[in-house]
Amino acid sequence: MSAKSDPPQTAVSSDPSAPSKVTVELDTVRKSARLARLAVSDEQLVSYQEHFARLLAFVEDVTSAPIDDVEPMAHPMDMVQRLRPDAVTCEDQRDALQASGPKTEDGFYLVPRVIE
Amino acid sequence: MMQRQSVSKLREGLRRRDFSARELIEASVQRIDQQNGLINALITATPEQALTAADEADVLLQSGDAPPLAGIPLIHKDNFCTQGVATTCGSKMLESFVPAYDATVTRRAAEQGLITVGKANMDEFAMGSSSEHGHFGAVRNPWDTERVPGGSSGGSAAAVAADMAPLATGSDTGGSIRQPAAFCGITGIKPSYGRVSRYGLVAYASSLDQAGVMGVSAEDCAWLLQAISGFDPLDSTSVEQPVEDYPQCLNTPLTGLKVGLPKPYWEGLESSVADAVQAQAQELVALGAELVDIEMPNASLAVSTYYLIAQAECSSNLSRYDGVRFGHRCDNPSDLADLYLRSRAEGFGEETQRRILVGTFALSSGYIDAYYGKAMRARRLISDDFTQAFKQCDLLLSPTAPTLPFKIGEKQTDPIAMYLADVNTVAVNLAGLPALSMPGPQVDGLPVGGQLIGPYFSEAKLLNTAHQLQQATDWHLAAAL
Repeated sequence: MSAKSDPPQTAVSSDPSAPSKVTVELDTVRKSARLARLAVSDEQLVSYQEHFARLLAFVEDVTSAPIDDVEPMAHPMDMVQRLRPDAVTCEDQRDALQASGPKTEDGFYLVPRVIE
Repeated sequence: MMQRQSVSKLREGLRRRDFSARELIEASVQRIDQQNGLINALITATPEQALTAADEADVLLQSGDAPPLAGIPLIHKDNFCTQGVATTCGSKMLESFVPAYDATVTRRAAEQGLITVGKANMDEFAMGSSSEHGHFGAVRNPWDTERVPGGSSGGSAAAVAADMAPLATGSDTGGSIRQPAAFCGITGIKPSYGRVSRYGLVAYASSLDQAGVMGVSAEDCAWLLQAISGFDPLDSTSVEQPVEDYPQCLNTPLTGLKVGLPKPYWEGLESSVADAVQAQAQELVALGAELVDIEMPNASLAVSTYYLIAQAECSSNLSRYDGVRFGHRCDNPSDLADLYLRSRAEGFGEETQRRILVGTFALSSGYIDAYYGKAMRARRLISDDFTQAFKQCDLLLSPTAPTLPFKIGEKQTDPIAMYLADVNTVAVNLAGLPALSMPGPQVDGLPVGGQLIGPYFSEAKLLNTAHQLQQATDWHLAAAL
């Protein structure tokens, strides 16, 4: 196993004396929430921390399995990405598609100001 | 008169003018009015559009130009895009989303004459095994309204069981067609990955999601599967392989069919469930099949592998909900980050957020190899088990779910207990195989389903096997209400 694939012990660690117990730092959950762009309250964070710990213990059968020499399978079929001819196949539907946008104006999507 | 008739009988009746498409759709609409308040199977009913379509179907039926399934009522799971009709995915996030286009499945069904009478309730974004996780409230099982209908296509299954329509579409990422079919006493088939187009099917986990069908019987499912299957250039995972004429493939005797019983799938179950599916196995033997025990050495890894992969893929797919292009948008965002964070926190339900968070973690730098990477390796082993199994048998038979339908609320506070409801269904999605659930003898008045699993593109064989069983038994004809 490469060094990178070893979860840092400070953030997620298994207690060898109790194999089903995994400790997850609150910061690990907070970082995931930030990466996932989800606003999470402190109370929710604690609840998710508990869920992380249980789930990561639950999946230990896979994470601890001696299968590093097995070829990963990303997809159910050995498929090659199909390409289509580089030609226009769809007419402009901007108005129809923007109709489901929560805030649009003059054909643009509106977002909070990003440049001062 | 028209209710709970097979699709073949409805076709005949419509063509003989025993009843009109309008009468058939009116009966369906009436049934929805009567039952949906209790069952909550539908999020949206579309009576006006359906009656207009019925009148058009009657004209075609009169002239003899009607497509094969003209006038037959159909319910779509609410994650199939329907142009001009709300498509919520059971989420507050998409509560006001009205697609500008049809999914290929909805378009093809309409081209074959099927008439949509409503959109079915579901677990939010198809994430769940009980249909309790949706923004529009829990679906109730028509057999016992204190119990769940299974999930995530629980609304579709409950609607068919409650006789709101003879057919419904569903999607199956880890058992979401088969487990609710089992819990509601109907038949459901998850086709091979690539068999049915996913264009316009709202994505959950893209290497696992597959659209499929639900109905009272295997024969009914064959009609709908026939209507929606086939290559679609709009879905890059769609497979260019001819579609068999499923309704015409239902007459093969089972003599000599080798049915494997995968040992791990029969362990750790409620014994009454195992007994009921064993009765199905014995019936297959009576019809000429031969049973063989099959080892599946990596089966125990399936649930963990599935949840790691599904949650990783869901975290990626659901990143598209940003409060900008469609879906829920928070009020008065202070900046762009606030817009994203609050729109997503407000729009997604608790289980969806849990899965996004775990999936994000499993893909994040420092953890991806240990979690997502490891799951992809285990996936190979699980898939290889099936390859080995199908060298020894034609099909596999197991219970679809390990328990009878459980009580509403029973597993809601324990997500991992809920994940184990999928223990016998998830491996099929990891391998991309087709599988079907068919009703067996009931236990204490509750439905039980047996699962048939086949090699790639063996849908016709699965449907034929279930049909032969259903010709010899009446388990699938028990009516819930």
